[in-house]
Amino acid sequence: MDVEFTKEDMAFREEVRAFIEENYPKHLLGKERGNLSKEDFLAWHKILYKKGWVAPSWPEEFGGTGWSVTQKYIFNEESAAYGTIAPLPFGIQMLAPVIYTFGSQEQKENVLPGIASGDVWWCQGYSEPGAGSDLAALKTKAVLDGDEYVVNGHKIWTTLAQHADWIFCLVRTTTGEKRQEGISFLLIDMNTAGIDVRPIIMIDGGHEVNEVFFDDVRVPASHLVGDVDKGWTIAKFLLGNERSGIAGVARSKKAIERLREIARGELDDGAPLIESGDFSRKIAELEIDLTALEYTELRTLAAESKGQGPGPESSLLKVKGTEIQQRITELTMEAVGNYASPWVPETMIGDNYMAIGPEAAYGATQTYFNTRKTSIYGGSNEIQRNIIAKMVLGL
Amino acid sequence: MDFSFTEEQTLLRNMVQGFVRDNYDFDTRTKIVNSDTGMSKEIWQQFAELGLLAAPFPEDMGGLDGGAIDIMVIMEEMGRGLVVEPYLPTIVLCGGILSRHGSPQQQSAHLPSMVSGEAIWALAYSEPQGRFNPTDITTSAKEQGGSYVLNGQKCVVMGAPWADKLIVSARVSGGQRDKDGVALFIVDKSASGVSTQDYPTVDGGRASEITLENVEVASDALIGTANTGLSLLEEALDYGIGALCAEAVGHMKMLNDATVEYCKTRKQFGVPIGSFQVLQHRMVDMFMDYEQSVSMTYMVNMKLDESADVRRKAASAAKVQIGKAGRFIGQESVQLHGGMGMTEELSVGHYFKRLTMIDTLFGNIDYHLKRFAQN
Amino acid sequence: MDLAFSEQDLAFRDEVRAFIKEAFTEDLQREMGRSKNNYMNKDAHILWQKRLFEKGWAAPNWPTEHGGAGFTPTQKFIFSRELDTAGAPHTIPFGLVMVAPVIMAFGSDEQKKRFLPDILATNVWWCQGYSEPGSGSDLASLQMKAEDKGDHYLCNGSKIWTSMAQHADWIFCLVRTAKTEKPQQGISFLLIDMNAPGVRVEPIITLDASRNNQQEVNQVFFEDVKVPKENLVGEENKGWTYAKYLLEFERGNPYSSGLMRGLEQIKALAAEIMADGAPLSTDADFIRQATELETRIVVMEATELRIFSEVSAGQNIGPGSSSMLKTRGTELQQDISQLGVEVIGNYGFPFVEDTLASANQADIGMDGAPTIVPGYLNRRKATIYAGSNEIQHSIIAKAVLGL
Repeated sequence: MDVEFTKEDMAFREEVRAFIEENYPKHLLGKERGNLSKEDFLAWHKILYKKGWVAPSWPEEFGGTGWSVTQKYIFNEESAAYGTIAPLPFGIQMLAPVIYTFGSQEQKENVLPGIASGDVWWCQGYSEPGAGSDLAALKTKAVLDGDEYVVNGHKIWTTLAQHADWIFCLVRTTTGEKRQEGISFLLIDMNTAGIDVRPIIMIDGGHEVNEVFFDDVRVPASHLVGDVDKGWTIAKFLLGNERSGIAGVARSKKAIERLREIARGELDDGAPLIESGDFSRKIAELEIDLTALEYTELRTLAAESKGQGPGPESSLLKVKGTEIQQRITELTMEAVGNYASPWVPETMIGDNYMAIGPEAAYGATQTYFNTRKTSIYGGSNEIQRNIIAKMVLGL
Repeated sequence: MDFSFTEEQTLLRNMVQGFVRDNYDFDTRTKIVNSDTGMSKEIWQQFAELGLLAAPFPEDMGGLDGGAIDIMVIMEEMGRGLVVEPYLPTIVLCGGILSRHGSPQQQSAHLPSMVSGEAIWALAYSEPQGRFNPTDITTSAKEQGGSYVLNGQKCVVMGAPWADKLIVSARVSGGQRDKDGVALFIVDKSASGVSTQDYPTVDGGRASEITLENVEVASDALIGTANTGLSLLEEALDYGIGALCAEAVGHMKMLNDATVEYCKTRKQFGVPIGSFQVLQHRMVDMFMDYEQSVSMTYMVNMKLDESADVRRKAASAAKVQIGKAGRFIGQESVQLHGGMGMTEELSVGHYFKRLTMIDTLFGNIDYHLKRFAQN
Repeated sequence: MDLAFSEQDLAFRDEVRAFIKEAFTEDLQREMGRSKNNYMNKDAHILWQKRLFEKGWAAPNWPTEHGGAGFTPTQKFIFSRELDTAGAPHTIPFGLVMVAPVIMAFGSDEQKKRFLPDILATNVWWCQGYSEPGSGSDLASLQMKAEDKGDHYLCNGSKIWTSMAQHADWIFCLVRTAKTEKPQQGISFLLIDMNAPGVRVEPIITLDASRNNQQEVNQVFFEDVKVPKENLVGEENKGWTYAKYLLEFERGNPYSSGLMRGLEQIKALAAEIMADGAPLSTDADFIRQATELETRIVVMEATELRIFSEVSAGQNIGPGSSSMLKTRGTELQQDISQLGVEVIGNYGFPFVEDTLASANQADIGMDGAPTIVPGYLNRRKATIYAGSNEIQHSIIAKAVLGL
């Protein structure tokens, strides 16, 4: 048992750090996620692709890096510490493993290169208005008509669908007694006739998610992944992948650093806020909780490098990770004091814009509101606790 | 000991509740918030016609002789409707200072136009370096041949974009955080040397950064004496806390009701999600937090007229409770509504945002815990 | 709306204070001061309750016709708060607060004559036989059997968590007299003499008890115990109704004065303990924690005043209110006792006899320290007993939120 990195690992860390520092687009540094254009999202992705580092988790034969578990961890840590905009998860982390695990040879050849290069933007069509935590209740229907499926239905909470070229969907192909058994996994071109994307504006004012409507959308039957009616197996496989890395330890570390920075600038009774006993106590508590999470993640990681797949402990990482993210954003908002209040729409930020309050305050409140989603999405934290109760505690 | 409302107070509640329900539904509010001005002059006029703007003032000043409990009732009902019009800054804060401490001349010069709805006021007391401490003042007021010259910067002044008049705290003497030497001045927002940067706020309101550059005011703009401004300001902020707690209680009530209702109707796994015990108990915690907030809101409003020590302690304790309960109820309402709670479309998120900012307004939990301990 | 008590109420408060000053004598104060759980030894309790009886205040909740104090709701509230503020004990509730109202409401005239005067004068000690090993939160599942044998019931079974049963002369029990589809329907309310053959009391040693400590709770075994039929209260198989009626009397005591007293004691300890060369009571973190608790007590007090003002105005204390007071009050008891453990630091380790063994030597460390950790351990029961806080949540969910 030891927590030291090897010499090789240290050298690898240096290499990663140098590459990021040298190549990361500087104009993207510190940009709020809510203000990113499609090009912004893809800029770093494309640089990583050229370097061959865009998909560390993939098997090498499909373009993976062949890194050890520790190297992947280091890469994530360095990326987070620099504050990079990570490649979006929908293609690289979610769909690709499904394709190389369940897809046909043709699908592998057609789908994976576009994901890696960033030329094809994917989004995820899972949740429906009546199927949230209870995903198996989904109703979007795909009926076979010749060699095409005709899709009708309605997906919701579709992140960044406004930019997407393709969507992977869970659709109902059979209405049977066991709801899980009639679900299939279908790839749909967003440019097909009959698809309508409508924005949902969130409480932080941002347009991040959408509703996607399908009205007699015709999809070639060859776009079905795996066996018909076996989509639930794929969905479960995918959800397992989605949760790994969701603890977000490195990014939370970075966020705490920023919080300290803000608390150094804010004055409380004439002294920096960070010197206030109350405030530093809260930061300390956060850091200790984050350390506990980090070591839990490292333990999981160690098990993983021995070949044990991510189990229900990923639910623990998700719950604790998102709770910490929420506490950090809450404390950051608290740190900026009265300047949590201004709500500056983008339209006001023109050439004549004079910053209101300290620059650090900008976006703090929006980020707090936005981060409330993390305990809801990806299987709400209540669902995660149920998973632990069932899978770990045997309740 | 009596926690019941008088018949008049019950009538007042019914009236405001009815008005808000009939004239201030969520769509109307959204339109008002998104309009250029960000408030409705018509609504404000209707408040005047209903007597709400006169409610707390003594009869001889053209008021209806109400007290803190009446304001509490009004604010709670406005809270249910998420009303953005500046009742708190104009009537409770500035009106309160003028009616309690203004000279007869100041009262007769300013209260009539306040009561009639013509003039809107804002209280410019917070400063960028001061965080939540109203004593931390760098804005200076120098006496100069029978008038005062003000210089300084005020931050996040609630309702200031709509205001015609400001009450400004400034230092006539002493060091930056001295308790003595603070004065309150009536300042015309259009006075020469006053410049503002207006912006919307997170909770649907409007606020301004205000810069005062050699702003000259006559000596009759001084409220009270040049040395006692801080006690007037602190008192006004405690009255503000009493009203703000009531507003928050209105928000909490709406959120709790909406959440219970949603959990009864939203079905997952073939049953209403409200049948899950884990969610039931969460909602019970929200309910208890709400009930205890109601108790504290009554308590603080009954103690506002007592001695300064008693008043301060009551206000700080109430603000701590409201801050904690508002945070918990707001966050959990969103959580139990799931993705829908995150949307702009539902009112839930808007109540949550207002409750979030209420914790910050007039000092957050940490600030008031300290203040409670120091008194 | 106002917070002031009437002049009569203030006069009453002064009378209560004067009485406590006289009757809560030094020996009793010492007993209570050394107590981790607000129980004194048996003689001390009887002495105290007889003093209350002589004053006519033994039973604030009884009607005057039976010898009750005839307090108004406000007077009851004041009386309870003054006891807490002084750190004086409340009466042991099992006889005066629990079984007596049931006998009054549902008992025969003979039972009233036989039992009530002795309860009022604390001539007999009662205990409560409700919970069973298999029936905790789900009380209606109880199994203790009472078979009809003509002129008597034959009782077999066991009751658990029976507080102070080692002192008791009588026990009131919920027993099963019929097997019915709805478990609530076959339950009866029975009074049993603890000296009857076949009754056996075994102590349960709880985690807060040191070696020589007297137990607080017991398990009571009943083996072919014959109970005369005249000891059945009300009708057979209606016991559940009476038990629910009794619950009405169990709830509604204010917590805030006792909580404030508990916090003051911890602050006093903190003033004696040095940390980094200064009294712990001046440490910013300690102040924050104590202030946080104090504001919560203030919130509790405001809620109590509000609820009791409604009760004074003739409204019933609803299930939501009493469950809320129980939940939040016991949470605070636990949090305050936890702060105590943090405050006394290393002097939390000594595990010595508490008041139940009537120690005469000086406290180790500082005055009051030895009861802090046992008190903390003991307080863990508060969120479990009298309907666990989870059950209280479920009551509110159902009765108030309609879930």
